[in-house]
Amino acid sequence: MYEFRMPKLGADMDQGKVVAWRKRPGDPVTKGEIIVDVETDKAAVEVESFTQGVLDQVLVQPGEKVPVGTVLATLRIAEDAEVAPAAAIPARSAQPLAAVAASPAARRRASELSLDLATIHGSGPGGRIQLEDLERQPSPVHTETPAPPPAVPSPPPPAEDATQRMRQAIAATMSRSKREIPHYYLSHTLDLGPAALWLAQTNAVRPLEARLLLGALLLKATALALREVPELNGFWEAGAFRPSARIHLGVAVSLRHGGLIAPALQDADQASLEELNRRMTDLVTRARTGGLRSSELTDATLTVTSLGDRGVEAVYGVIHPPQVALVGLGKVVERPWVVQGRLEPRLVATATLAADHRASDGHRGGLLLTAMDRLLQAPELL
Amino acid sequence: MTREELRALLLQILGHVAPEADLSQWPDDLPLREELDLDSVDFYGFILALHKHLGVTVPEADYARLGTLAGCLAYLEPKAAGASSTGPSPVA
Repeated sequence: MYEFRMPKLGADMDQGKVVAWRKRPGDPVTKGEIIVDVETDKAAVEVESFTQGVLDQVLVQPGEKVPVGTVLATLRIAEDAEVAPAAAIPARSAQPLAAVAASPAARRRASELSLDLATIHGSGPGGRIQLEDLERQPSPVHTETPAPPPAVPSPPPPAEDATQRMRQAIAATMSRSKREIPHYYLSHTLDLGPAALWLAQTNAVRPLEARLLLGALLLKATALALREVPELNGFWEAGAFRPSARIHLGVAVSLRHGGLIAPALQDADQASLEELNRRMTDLVTRARTGGLRSSELTDATLTVTSLGDRGVEAVYGVIHPPQVALVGLGKVVERPWVVQGRLEPRLVATATLAADHRASDGHRGGLLLTAMDRLLQAPELL
Repeated sequence: MTREELRALLLQILGHVAPEADLSQWPDDLPLREELDLDSVDFYGFILALHKHLGVTVPEADYARLGTLAGCLAYLEPKAAGASSTGPSPVA
């Protein structure tokens, strides 16, 4: 019997609330399939199953908040005694499982308002129900015949509480980081002339849906540069550095109601530029609207934070433990630049590295930033 | 599509990108990206929505002309002349 436990979805998570189960006892579950929707202080997350099996017993019900590590459900897996024949599995209730596609935020809101998702029109991709679809719903109509009284919906948590929980989660992680990690900082000016020119030329001939954002080029360059400096790609745990064989870039996304979350782009060095661009925009959108997956919140091997759109020229960040480095990207600006003895305007941006001095030294850290700059001089090869 | 219909559509699209913003009395000359805190992913979403609802493809070179609501109206009105005036499908 496999115990499916509340996962730790980020260094600052202590507990999570079960919002909705996607599977019922008796349902088969494949590895990576979304099994339950969970709400943390920072986000509503779709949690993937870590194993293949059959859901046996659900132990934590929707609405319950439990510490990380609590057994949420049990699964029967292949090594168990032969699975009981179908006749012995409890018959499903007449009411169909709400296998309706909906974002975790929408599910949570629907349960607060006692709304049946099956009655709501979804305006998202593939008919997926999003939070705003619920806000467009009229109040449920009361029929003449007395129906069983509907469950009293719990009042939605006041916005201030949710924001406060988010801030407390961030406070815990950032304080721990500064307490435990001896940070050193480096900065380097990236020459973005060739990259900006190449981007303008390629986007002018690409269809709209295939346009590339500069952010994708910067992330790809970071991922490829990280291959050259493996001591920046991994985790500090139990007093030692554990390098990661794979490169999963955490992308720091500011949330519209305040707060920060950094889901990962997995194997960022392996993806083509087009694929990375598509996945990046999808990730940022889901980070803001709900629908991040648990693996995206636990996998980052290095995080990139970009405040360039916010208008600052450089960002000196705080490493997200247990990672050992964080890359900061500032605003793209036009500055005087000397090219072959002549002065000309050039598009540049300041890239910074915050790194854990236990795992790396300044010389090696500097190689990451100079490698990024070098790779950005040949954008067509990214 | 009338100017007012276009204006309403643009506010609806922007409201989707920035749901917490109060767009009810939005001045035409307020810088959109700064005031609504739109980053490059948000703005690209806005451009995609313009294509979806108006059939207009805005080249990157023209992005700067969409800095305010007034700029958007001036740029899009002639291009959106062919778009349906019976109202767009709900903004998804």
